[in-house]
Amino acid sequence: MRVLSDMDEGKRVRVLEIPGGKGARQHLSAYGIHLGDILLIKRQSAWGGPILIEVHGSEVALGRGIASRVQVEEL
Amino acid sequence: MRIALAGQPNCGKSTIFNALAGYKAVTANFPGKTVQYTLSSVTFGGNTFEIVDLPGIYSLTSMDLAEFEARKYILSGKADIVINVVDASLLSRSLEFTIQLMDMDIPMVLCLNMMDEARRKGININAEKLSEILGIPVVETIAVKGQGLGALFSAVRSAFDKNVRGKAPSFHKDVEETIAKLSGFISEEVLRELRVPGRLLSKKLAEGDDFFMKEIERFPHLLNVVRNYQAYIEKTHGRPSDMVISSERHAIAMNIFEEAATVGRPIKTFHDRIDKLIMHRVLGYIFLILVLLGFFSIVFEAGKAIEEPIIAILERLMKSIVETMGEETLISFFAKGIIEGLAGGIGIVLPYLFPFLLGMAVLEDVGYLPRMAFLMDAFMHKIGLHGKSVLPFVLGYGCTVPAIMATRILETPRDRFITAFLATMVPCAARTTIIYGLVAYYIGPWAALFIYVLNLFVIALTGKILTHFMPEVTPGLILEIPSLKMPSINVVLAKTWLRLKEFMFIAWPLLIIGSTVLSFLEYTKGDILINSIMLPLTYVLGLPASVGTTLIFGILRKELSMIMLFQALGTMDVSSVMSREQIMIFTLFVLFYVPCVATIAVLGKELGWKKMSMVSLATLIVACLIALAARVFMAAIRNGL
Repeated sequence: MRVLSDMDEGKRVRVLEIPGGKGARQHLSAYGIHLGDILLIKRQSAWGGPILIEVHGSEVALGRGIASRVQVEEL
Repeated sequence: MRIALAGQPNCGKSTIFNALAGYKAVTANFPGKTVQYTLSSVTFGGNTFEIVDLPGIYSLTSMDLAEFEARKYILSGKADIVINVVDASLLSRSLEFTIQLMDMDIPMVLCLNMMDEARRKGININAEKLSEILGIPVVETIAVKGQGLGALFSAVRSAFDKNVRGKAPSFHKDVEETIAKLSGFISEEVLRELRVPGRLLSKKLAEGDDFFMKEIERFPHLLNVVRNYQAYIEKTHGRPSDMVISSERHAIAMNIFEEAATVGRPIKTFHDRIDKLIMHRVLGYIFLILVLLGFFSIVFEAGKAIEEPIIAILERLMKSIVETMGEETLISFFAKGIIEGLAGGIGIVLPYLFPFLLGMAVLEDVGYLPRMAFLMDAFMHKIGLHGKSVLPFVLGYGCTVPAIMATRILETPRDRFITAFLATMVPCAARTTIIYGLVAYYIGPWAALFIYVLNLFVIALTGKILTHFMPEVTPGLILEIPSLKMPSINVVLAKTWLRLKEFMFIAWPLLIIGSTVLSFLEYTKGDILINSIMLPLTYVLGLPASVGTTLIFGILRKELSMIMLFQALGTMDVSSVMSREQIMIFTLFVLFYVPCVATIAVLGKELGWKKMSMVSLATLIVACLIALAARVFMAAIRNGL
């Protein structure tokens, strides 16, 4: 299973699983990220920094911690 | 009639509020900037309204303090009607919030703001269709250009008169039925006690909202029923109930979006190319450093150019006053005090404050701050925080008070405490004027730059130490990065003026009073007493005894330390009485020691009095250590090590 933080820039992915508690799920869903949603990897940053994704027309930065938990499949 | 503006962060609520109410709220192109709500009266078409600008929130689950406050306000029934402001370019996501708002059972109007941005993204919205689906008026606006605001007001008026509440489309039949059954168990008594519409409460309970689950602990029977229904939903759908409800909402939002909007080709904009550069993994950091250096040197050059001639004029004025009024008369002491205070404001604070605030406003308005948060996230983790803490820090360079209020956007009390603690050490505009007016002016720009670098180092070290005692538990950064935009001249000027006004009408009079009081103390020789009490400190730091009083007064306003310094030393030319080393030590001490009164008050309010005292004491210790270290270090250099 691959996770969001491993994906290369420019790839499209689908969210398969968001492990962790209700908190993380609700947090992500508030920013428009749900199971089955399609994300575009806009930017990976250096030095273990965050990853920038595009979802439903908005850009969201996700820290390494959470990005390394969201399981995705490449489209 | 009271109107509440509700919507997701950065959708333009504050812009609409300002357009209607005159410039009163601070907009920043950073998600979650409005941390307190602002209230204003507006007269429009012969009617007077009250408008409330609520903090932007992503959902009605209370994830951070700002969300909690906004939800509480709407539920309190203080507003008669809600304008749900939506960034039209993010319609599909925003609709999830809209349908949650509709459950609050309050008259509502949907405002499709940023229509120009939506068009640029290739999104075409059929407002009539949307209005038909939701059952509420939908008005298109471009708030930054003032377009559509008249129509918005008329729609609000008529929606209020006709009591238009609308109704969100239903969930899937089975989920809807389960929620209906659950709501059958919610008694009138519970609804009265919690003061929540039944529609909202039953859904919130079904998804296990932390706040409402806690509230119904008082009704054990209901709590039991709710747990059973949650388990039932989980069993029938194979997923936790919160996930089921959130997927339902998501599905409804997507359906509405597909019915009412079409997505064409986005127009490739210049912004995308700029973004590629300024968020680049290497070039982004180079750009960041250039921005900061450029900012620093422009403020310094502009400030110096204004400061020098003004100071020269004031020095001459001072001399002639003392000559005509006599050296030791009470009246001349008073005149001197008032003029020192006036001169300090005009000659030293304003020249640096104005370009500084102008530059800050531009950086905020274009949307550079969230990009800084993105770039700095990795480094912020090194001191136990994450990228979002960048906003309070950057705001701290303007003023510590809003910086501490902005810590509300952070998720945990631990993050809020550490960020607020560190933010008090960031040199605010007042301390910046001291760094510029004393160190840069008398020693040189590189010495001033050194202070900034040293300051960052001390902040990082303090963060490291705090993190050691309070380990990091945060989920990390989740931050929306809004589109870059051209700075609007009106917004930038209005914001600069709003902040400048704060200095001119609150701080400046205080400076004048402070300097007059000091003058009076000198006349009655009261300053000698204070200076002798302060002697242990000034002696250890190697400063002239006469600066003791200024350090005490600096707690009122940091600039007072500098303004009164001129007064206490009896000259506008500090270098004639203090050595460069003493100027450096003085500035370092003032930079770190106890925050000003306004900061102490807001720290007490946000963190509690215990933590406030802790921060104040800790900063005093840090200031003593740094100033002392600087003294020892500079003495060593002078003596050739």
